[in-house]
Amino acid sequence: MAAENTKVLYGIYNDEEDLKGAVRAANAAHLDIMDVFTPFPVHGLDPLLGLKESRLHYLGFIYGAIGASFGFLAMTWIFVSDWPTMYGGKPYWSVPAFIPITFEMTVLFAAWGMTITFYTICGMWPGVKANMLDHRTTDDKFCIAFDVTSASDNTVDNINGFFKNTNAEEVSVKIM
Amino acid sequence: MSQPVAAVRHILIEGNKSYHNITEDLCSPTEKAPSREWIVAFSLSSAFLALYLFAVCWTVWKGIGEWGANRSINWAWDITNFVWWIGIGHAGTLISAILLLFRQRWRTGVNRAAEAMTIFAVICAGQFPIIHMGRVWLAFFIMPFPNTRGPIWTNFNSPLLWDVFAISTYFSVSLLFWYTGLVPDLATVRDRAKGFRRKMYETFSFGWTGSAKHWQRWEALSLVLAGISTPLVLSVHTIVSFDFATSVIPGWHTTIFPPYFVAGAVFSGFAMVQTLMVITRKVLKLEQYITVNHIESMNKVIVLTGTIVGVAYLTELFISWYSGYIYEQFAFYNRVFGIYWWAYFGMMFCNVVSPQVFWARSIRRSIWWTFFISIVINVGMWFERFVIIATTLARDFLPSSWSYYRPTWVEISLFTGTIGLFFFCYLIFCRVAPVVAIAEVKAILKVAGDQYIGPDAKHGHGKKVRQEN
Repeated sequence: MAAENTKVLYGIYNDEEDLKGAVRAANAAHLDIMDVFTPFPVHGLDPLLGLKESRLHYLGFIYGAIGASFGFLAMTWIFVSDWPTMYGGKPYWSVPAFIPITFEMTVLFAAWGMTITFYTICGMWPGVKANMLDHRTTDDKFCIAFDVTSASDNTVDNINGFFKNTNAEEVSVKIM
Repeated sequence: MSQPVAAVRHILIEGNKSYHNITEDLCSPTEKAPSREWIVAFSLSSAFLALYLFAVCWTVWKGIGEWGANRSINWAWDITNFVWWIGIGHAGTLISAILLLFRQRWRTGVNRAAEAMTIFAVICAGQFPIIHMGRVWLAFFIMPFPNTRGPIWTNFNSPLLWDVFAISTYFSVSLLFWYTGLVPDLATVRDRAKGFRRKMYETFSFGWTGSAKHWQRWEALSLVLAGISTPLVLSVHTIVSFDFATSVIPGWHTTIFPPYFVAGAVFSGFAMVQTLMVITRKVLKLEQYITVNHIESMNKVIVLTGTIVGVAYLTELFISWYSGYIYEQFAFYNRVFGIYWWAYFGMMFCNVVSPQVFWARSIRRSIWWTFFISIVINVGMWFERFVIIATTLARDFLPSSWSYYRPTWVEISLFTGTIGLFFFCYLIFCRVAPVVAIAEVKAILKVAGDQYIGPDAKHGHGKKVRQEN
């Protein structure tokens, strides 16, 4: 997320409707929001922030396809080439019997692949310290943050004015 | 993303809660000193867990000859217990995955605990096939890997191996789904904690901040995991039923088994969720989050799946008669009127007759009835597996090898011991993590909170205040 020593100016709101209103106002005023922190997923916020739909599910499909191919090809190689064994007079390459394991491998790879990707792209792992601007944003507060590291005084005044106009409950600055 | 919304809305959060109230109420069980009920329950389940460990050591040391299982009835309580626990382990994923896809809001009150229950039930289930192997130290032979024994590979045509894949996949995917859902709530607990607890939750919450992009990805991940868990959960019990259905034993060799087992699994899983929820909501004072509406919704699922199971039982009987095949007919005659007739009638009464009381709304909404019937169903579903397994094997192809099965103290200890293991895990879970999904409950507060909808609503949606009628 933010690089080290980023100066962040942020405002706290009490309700998700206030938050959404404020984001709309920020868009109208062409203020560049760094990030928004909420205690739960707020619906309708993503388009306001201009967030594109997550592409995680495409990856899920790819991981699943890898799992399916891996499971099916591994069974094929083992039973046809590496150690052909006759079970109950059935052909070595008994495709219908491979379906259940192929399916399970699809799900296994898709789920693990997506979950690992999710944590990696979010930069989240055990031992990562959360850079919380305000610890109440996991409780009942909603936060809009602006990166003001290299912002002019004029921009900072604009942002402060914006927070005042949108009835932010508190406004603070934090170096992260 | 617009949300399709069910036309009928029930109040799912009572007590005029604010977001902060929700945090307080749902985090407090992890923050307070354990209550006396918790300590008593924990001691009791630890005692049963100790009994379990003792029985496992006894079995491994002396061999499976210590069980009542014999050459005819070689699958007995062990596989009965295995199938019973796996069935119980189906409700969690059903509640979290299928109900998420159907946008049923009432899932938010119960999904966390039900998913935890799934994981613990699968842990209990997994014990039995492994112990049944006898030489448990060679259990890793069931995994296919290049080895120096040939290499000798596993038999990919065997439903028992499909089971290995199905159950291990199910366990690990359920764990991912559950834990990913838990991360934002662990962050909530972290931000309230101090000292050592804070350090602990910092590690477990993976550095969650609640950034908008993270939430968006989190929701995308949850939805896709739900999407792939839905066929997964159906596949697991289907494959468990293949253990029986692909055999050539009359009474097992039936094509109805997959749907019949899946319906039975959902049925028993929901019964166990009810048993746990009724106690949990009372002990942790979560009546305003796990409301009577939640309980009623689950009872509706129980009456539906119980009836499906009943239809399956009758279909099975009809088809065995209609097949005109005397061995099949004998297997079912024996199942109903044979030496284990009491198990069959126990199963019929508990699984088919007893849930029918839930057609009455007042009973569906009664806590005591729910608790009582849920226990009856748990017992009945155990009988079902016992009927399928032991009754069928007791009268096999050769009358000279017909036999009767009684469990020994070792098998009884193993079974009651896994109940101890299950509650041991569940009670620890109640202490360390919020049993109701905090973020998800907050997300539905404005559409399901009693101050927003219902007769005493104080607000309309959003900030608009509704006029009093």
